[in-house]
Amino acid sequence: MSRGVVEIRDAALGFGARTLWSGLDLDVRPGEFLAVLGPNGSGKTSLLRVLLGLQPLSTGTVSVAGKPPGRGNNKVGYVPQQRALDEQLTLRGVDLVGLGLDGDRWGVGLFGMRRRRRRIAEAVAAVGAESYAASPVGKLSGGEQQRLRVAQALIGEPDVLLCDEPLASLDLTHQQVVSELIDKRRQEVDTAVLFVTHEINPVLSYVDRVLYLVNGHFRIGTPDEVMNSATLSELYGTRVEVIKVGGQIHVAGAQSALCEDEIHHHVGERVS
Amino acid sequence: MDKLFDFELTANLLGFGFVQTALLAAAVLGLVAGALGPLIVTRRMSFAVHGTAELAFTGAAAALLLGIGVSYGALAGALVAALLLGLLGGRESERDSVIGVILSFGLGLGVLLLWFYPGRASNKFGILVGQIVAIEPQNLTVLVVAAVVVLAVLALVYRPLLFASVDPAVAMARGVPARSLGVLFAVLVGVATALGVQIVGALLVVALMVTPAAAAARLTANPLRATVLAVIFAEVAALGGIILSLAPGAPVSFFVTAISFTIYLVCRVIAYVRGRQSRVVTESVAEPSPAESVR
Repeated sequence: MSRGVVEIRDAALGFGARTLWSGLDLDVRPGEFLAVLGPNGSGKTSLLRVLLGLQPLSTGTVSVAGKPPGRGNNKVGYVPQQRALDEQLTLRGVDLVGLGLDGDRWGVGLFGMRRRRRRIAEAVAAVGAESYAASPVGKLSGGEQQRLRVAQALIGEPDVLLCDEPLASLDLTHQQVVSELIDKRRQEVDTAVLFVTHEINPVLSYVDRVLYLVNGHFRIGTPDEVMNSATLSELYGTRVEVIKVGGQIHVAGAQSALCEDEIHHHVGERVS
Repeated sequence: MDKLFDFELTANLLGFGFVQTALLAAAVLGLVAGALGPLIVTRRMSFAVHGTAELAFTGAAAALLLGIGVSYGALAGALVAALLLGLLGGRESERDSVIGVILSFGLGLGVLLLWFYPGRASNKFGILVGQIVAIEPQNLTVLVVAAVVVLAVLALVYRPLLFASVDPAVAMARGVPARSLGVLFAVLVGVATALGVQIVGALLVVALMVTPAAAAARLTANPLRATVLAVIFAEVAALGGIILSLAPGAPVSFFVTAISFTIYLVCRVIAYVRGRQSRVVTESVAEPSPAESVR
């Protein structure tokens, strides 16, 4: 069996008496697009925190790009949820992208400036952000910021791209642009994508497999295997209707309000 | 004040050793303050700098009473403040009030300590508004050594510190120890503040630590360029303030803060004019530039 870029073995995560999920086995292959779905509090973001090394597992093992997660594992790219940056922030788009390249290294980084500038320019061009990359990031629109976020995550040429609701609060056009950019990367260089989202439709055409988490239970499979009335009803423990209309999937039922809820979390915060 | 433009007197005074010592001390402080400033502004620590300065004052007052060097007292006070603020004020929402609480008590304690002090009143006044012309050569050595240490540590942690300051969520996801760097930066600011207390005094240290960087941030979004500008502005304010104060014999603090404030105003005007121009250009092209497009 070929080794996955992300390997999770018999993993469980809980806080105190509460178990978010357990018995999780997951392999993500190079070039695979895995969507992580589920209502708020189901542990989607906690799973990302585990893969980033910010949260230890209660039991089980995890490896990302062949190494334990955490500092020094620079084969991991991370795209956060869009949040408004301070308009007066002393930072240009190119600086934001550059921090993705070497922001975690010690020192001022005055050596190798030319090579650094070239790589930043390439990363900016790859997401088509040349026209505004030199502007203050705080003054850019949410969609422009998210494009630069993708460049920031990809500039280190990661084997795995971890995305935490990267499309939230973007308009439809930018949702498409940003997900296309992410998809393009995995097509070209086989980057594995782990995409946490509360809304599968913008990325449905790219998704290979779905990990659906609900109240400590989960299902893994292709969108067709997981996103159907029978499977989700079983998962939620109540009657859930999955309706497919025009290439989109809509989940209706007692719990659907939970799925479509606003997003309150981000990786920087601890789920308690 | 009519002596303000007495250049001959100013030139004569510049020949004195104590004036040159004062200028050297101010130059060192300007460098440190300018280098730290942009990160202070980005991390929204203006009030923390003020609070740290007040505790440096408390420490200096205690040192005065105990008869040990005022600079050591100021340093100890600022370090205690920095550690308290760094450890207690982890959450941004809480930080503001924690600073207010610590600052007011520290200031009150300092007043009590000064009341106990039987010595000259000018010494007491000095630690509040600065007494740069009273800097002793051994104080200068302490100043230079402390400044070199601060700048060396800042250079070592600069990139991850910048990352954690402008983009904390992604920095933490990339394994940057944001929390520890925050405490370390508060300590660096504490040391720099303690140095500033001797020169412009506890009350006015913000004029060198914050104002030049805030002015620079109006002109550029490039972090490196902002740092260079902040250093230049801080140097102009610190050195210019001393030189202007020589002939009239007026307090250094006024001139330092006045220059600093003027630079800030000028930078705001420049930013405003630039903003208007870019808007005019945008409208004539009839296509919004990406930077101006709808959020």
